[in-house]
Amino acid sequence: MNGGPLQPTAEAPGLSRRSAIKLIAVGSLGVAAGVGATALITRMDRSEPRQYFFFSPEEARPLVALCEQLIPRDDTAGATDAGVINYIDRQLAGPLARHRGSYRAGLASLQRTSQRLYQLPFESLGLGQQTSLAAMLEAGWAPAELWGEPSQKAFFNLVLDHTRQGFYGSPRHGGNRDYVSYRMLGLAYPNLIGQNRYPGGARLGG
Amino acid sequence: MALPRVNALVVGAGAGGGVVAKELSEAGLSVVLLERGDWPHYDAHNDDELVSQRTPALGNPYGPDDARYRRVVVNADGSSSVVLPSEGAYSNNAGCVGGGTVSYGAMAWRYMPQDFRMRSTYGVVKDSTLDDWPIGYDDLEPYYEKAEYEFGVAGDYADNPFGAPRRKPFPMPAFPYNREGQRVVEATRRMGLHPFPIPMLRNSVPYNGRPACIHMRSCVGFACPVDAKTGSHNTVIPKALATGHCELRTGCVAAEILVDDRGRTRGVRYFDRDGQGWEQLADLVVVSASATETARLLLNSKSKLFPNGAGNNNDWVGRNFQGHGYVGAFGLATDEVYEEAGPGATVAFCDFNHGNPGLVGGGMLANEFIALPYVFCDIRPPGEPRWGKAHKDFQRQYYKRVIRLYGPIQEIPNFSARVSVDPSVKDAWGIPVCRLSGSRHPHDLELGEFMSGKAEQVLKEMGATRTWRGRLGPGLSGGQHQAGTCRMGNDPATSVTNRNGQVHGIDNLFIADASLHVTNGGFNPVLTILAVAYWVSDHIKSGWKGGGFS
Repeated sequence: MNGGPLQPTAEAPGLSRRSAIKLIAVGSLGVAAGVGATALITRMDRSEPRQYFFFSPEEARPLVALCEQLIPRDDTAGATDAGVINYIDRQLAGPLARHRGSYRAGLASLQRTSQRLYQLPFESLGLGQQTSLAAMLEAGWAPAELWGEPSQKAFFNLVLDHTRQGFYGSPRHGGNRDYVSYRMLGLAYPNLIGQNRYPGGARLGG
Repeated sequence: MALPRVNALVVGAGAGGGVVAKELSEAGLSVVLLERGDWPHYDAHNDDELVSQRTPALGNPYGPDDARYRRVVVNADGSSSVVLPSEGAYSNNAGCVGGGTVSYGAMAWRYMPQDFRMRSTYGVVKDSTLDDWPIGYDDLEPYYEKAEYEFGVAGDYADNPFGAPRRKPFPMPAFPYNREGQRVVEATRRMGLHPFPIPMLRNSVPYNGRPACIHMRSCVGFACPVDAKTGSHNTVIPKALATGHCELRTGCVAAEILVDDRGRTRGVRYFDRDGQGWEQLADLVVVSASATETARLLLNSKSKLFPNGAGNNNDWVGRNFQGHGYVGAFGLATDEVYEEAGPGATVAFCDFNHGNPGLVGGGMLANEFIALPYVFCDIRPPGEPRWGKAHKDFQRQYYKRVIRLYGPIQEIPNFSARVSVDPSVKDAWGIPVCRLSGSRHPHDLELGEFMSGKAEQVLKEMGATRTWRGRLGPGLSGGQHQAGTCRMGNDPATSVTNRNGQVHGIDNLFIADASLHVTNGGFNPVLTILAVAYWVSDHIKSGWKGGGFS
């Protein structure tokens, strides 16, 4: 909607598995690469993709850290494990393109805030500091002069909503890798007719 | 370009339009059924929660799309915003063959007799246009029955003393209660209330050549993969097409009802899938495009005798926009109440639909449809953290332990809650879009508090360790239950159509959708939309003179 098709921004020559799949899947965006990379899949780092459709690597790093604050890894997978960044990146190149400006401006404000308060970029803060800063954004307590459009609250809520979507939505959109959130909730998947889904009349009713 | 005249042109292949197309084509009229969307296919979006008709984070699976459609919403401070169909403020229902009946929850309620006589029952309500319908429950009863049998409803009212009188039993046995429902039954009975199985437009046994429900957890918001959920797309529309008298044109967007200088409609101007404009001539036109889009089409149809839009000489088209405030309460159970058997809503009670002291109307309460994981993120007690480890802990601990009792409240219509057309914003075809303005009547908030309090009492009786109430906002209501914008009435000065859905002053123009509802009951509206569509169809057939309409 806003702007034309996006090309991936290459950071490293290697392709993560997800990036390879992504490149294959998005031929409609005019990307001609990827198929030859499938042989490399087994030894690729799967934790963070190296290529994005929308984000620069400098933008992706603080966003990955913020998403991980919102849904952190503990004894089950967190936002990074689930590939939430892939989800957000892919949707900004697609149906959620209208939020591109909010991400670009919001991430810049996030970094300005982090530099002002801690003299470090957000992704380099300790986890406790990241948590404090995220809580400030949610409450609207970060220095107001560092935030324009979107406001800090609006940016926080946007990222929170998209992080939830990427963590709990269908893997077909780039997040919820291997249905990690469904496993966490104890929800059977896939939802196969006649197998795990329908318990039969005996369990229905009292 | 003008296309050869047909007998009847129906705009919108949803609940109402499907019924009308079938009734008229079976009576021998040649019918063109226009639909802006396409045939729905489950496999296109399967059980994807982000492309669900209830949580369209990435777009509506069953239309309309974000690329071509817009609306304008007037905010509380007087400013206005352009909104997309996937955004809540758009107040979307659906845009596909079958309309909302493809992806709905399929509750099959008859309104109660009092729901048609709200003014007589409760008197004048300040700042409202609350009124009686020009038809009563007894007029509609045979048509409710016809809808229940032609579409197929599973239900049993043996335990519902408040159910409207009926001549015949439900055509299919009721669905059994799920685990949560069973507990609601036990608690409400202890409290002296009257729980019973929710009537559903969903096959509990094979019916009409379609199979029984397979209990998808993803049901409401989704199409059914086995066609056990019943809508106009798998009943009346196929029947209409089978007559050989009905042509369904998908991907066609109506722009204007053509009204001549003598106050009769000649047909409809529309755009086909390729954006080509056409005039389809017809002896009569029936608009069944939903309360928002029907009002918009009438308002966009200006003519010599109706300079402010078809049927709008008294400024009632688009007024009294209403839906349902959805309200109730939540509770945390001490053990798992979740059952892997959708859709989840199995039990309701109607003890609070009417007769609530000091209040006008009420609503039914029911246990809720299964909340999928993304939606569940917002189901939290007040003050609960929204993120971090606390978020995950709540998801893990309570995903299968939250009980919800919710229901639609009967809204009090008001003249300022309104659909108009925006003076500047247009859709992809250059047609002025809906402009939604106004707010709900303050009584809705009062009634919402009362109903959520009743729901909370039941949850406490069920032994919930913690309970909290949902609350209504003051903003405009609409969405899937949108209604009221072209109300039927006996007085042309205060209504848009007569009691038969015939637009005042344009004898061959009819409406057959929830736009006609004077009030919207304390129930999901679809069975009433179907019944009224049969009622309107009968009137059209009786006035049809074989080649013309008078």
